[in-house]
Amino acid sequence: MQNKINNNKDRCLFFRRKILQISQNVPALHIGGAFSSTEIVDLIYNELMSKTSEKKFNDTFIMSKGHSCIMQYVVLNYLGIISDKQIDEYCKPGGILGAHPDYGNPGIEASTGSLGHGMALAVGMHTADKINSEERKIFIVISDGELQEGSTWEALMMAANLNCENLICFLDHNGSQSFGVTREVHPKFYPIKSKLESFGWETFEADGHDQEDIIKKYNSRKTKKPFIIICNTTKGKGVSYMENKPIWHYRSPNEEEYKIAMKELEIQS
Amino acid sequence: MRNKFAEAIYEIGKKDSKICALVADISPAGSMLDFQKDFPNRFINTGVSEQSMIGIAAGLALRGMRPFCYTIASFSLFRPFEFIRVDLCYQNLPVTVIGMGAGLIYSTLGSTHHSAEDIAIASTLPNMQVIAPCDPSEMKLATTWCAKDSKGPVYMRLGKAGEPDFTQNADNFEFGKIRYLYKGSKIAIITYGITMNLANQIKKYFNDNGLNPSLISNHTIKPLDVNGLTKTLKNYEKIIVLEESIPHGGLSSRLKEIAYDNGIISKLDCYTLRDKFINFYGNHQELLEKHNFSFSYIIKNYK
Repeated sequence: MQNKINNNKDRCLFFRRKILQISQNVPALHIGGAFSSTEIVDLIYNELMSKTSEKKFNDTFIMSKGHSCIMQYVVLNYLGIISDKQIDEYCKPGGILGAHPDYGNPGIEASTGSLGHGMALAVGMHTADKINSEERKIFIVISDGELQEGSTWEALMMAANLNCENLICFLDHNGSQSFGVTREVHPKFYPIKSKLESFGWETFEADGHDQEDIIKKYNSRKTKKPFIIICNTTKGKGVSYMENKPIWHYRSPNEEEYKIAMKELEIQS
Repeated sequence: MRNKFAEAIYEIGKKDSKICALVADISPAGSMLDFQKDFPNRFINTGVSEQSMIGIAAGLALRGMRPFCYTIASFSLFRPFEFIRVDLCYQNLPVTVIGMGAGLIYSTLGSTHHSAEDIAIASTLPNMQVIAPCDPSEMKLATTWCAKDSKGPVYMRLGKAGEPDFTQNADNFEFGKIRYLYKGSKIAIITYGITMNLANQIKKYFNDNGLNPSLISNHTIKPLDVNGLTKTLKNYEKIIVLEESIPHGGLSSRLKEIAYDNGIISKLDCYTLRDKFINFYGNHQELLEKHNFSFSYIIKNYK
């Protein structure tokens, strides 16, 4: 099992390097969105979620942007919940981990990957917890692409209707999608904040790669409305040639590109 | 059947605190209002948003609850289809999706509100179980099974209102098994759901003409009772299949497969709706006649 890394920045670099290593075994693993969500996912698992024992969380995590689950896998591996063998068999015959998370796998509480499903699942879980008087938070990470799905807005409304005060959402707003930059591809997607507020959510914005800023906003919560932080991020963050380049949504770097990426991450440590 | 379903879910919900009722703003029957009043935290109206109804039900089931999702069939299955596929079927969660007023019951509301394809579509999904009880008594037994015993998702096709009971003297209800309502000889009439009324009329016609057909409720369309149906195919000279559904993907085509697999291809008379959206505004019966799915049309073949 991996030794504990106390410094958050080092931990995030460790996760990015680990994802790069895994990328060399598979043709594609959605590296861009994994790197935009690195600080968010690390923060939720390693700082925010309450535990009942060493490897068991009381709170729930849903990776609604399921295509970035490699980030979730490496954190769960770091925590000893997913084994090294399971990581080695990622997307391989005989392995249990695929490019989207499957319910029932260690640490995976819902199958996602089809965009726009996680929010309603989270609202349902929250409702069940209320019925059963279970005190726990539900953390959910959604993508800006998912926020273009009508189903997400249906569920956002229901979260407010049902007073989902323990529902905490992090929007990985990397502003980049298959056809290019979201501001150009889908201009009326903006503004986001006022839309979310009008749907009954307490909404903050943060630098999604600055964990101190995210925590500051997390602690600024004033109401019992469902809570969302718009985390402004960079797709492919940490590797210069990947940043904001749509091609890195999906593909794995080749050997040469891998070496350059590892070197860049080394300099950052 | 609508009111009887609401009564059933209320009675089951009174004893079992895991039962939840979700509606997508369908006008509720009387007892559904009682459920809302007596168990307010287990009654959720998602408004006119069927995708979130299914997703929220899945979230509830992931926490061990047993939700029922209730609206008109075309909106409970067709509209949120991908949510049913991924959230319910892929995760194999015990959520029951009710398709109210299925078939062509809402005749004058037009094809937007008809669901002739529901049985075929629901049956395509891995893990999905499909059931269509034929009268209020059978519906109550099926609902109880969904609430207590089902290990995965169910699509339950229901009628609307006013169906009489046909199952007073029937075999015991067992999920996944055909059920004899009446045991005769030589001819077997097989149907499910709302079409039992027509099947019963045809049975009576044969009785009046000196024949004594069996009457079978094939309430569970998936998983289909292949053994029971194979025996029926072997033991009868003629099998008449009636379903208020499109011609393919339902009981008729499945029975033809079973017949072919068993080398029995000459005994089956299948009656279904036509593969058409028919723009005709009349009552349910009048619309069925446009589909050549009526008592008078069918008995012409047996005169």
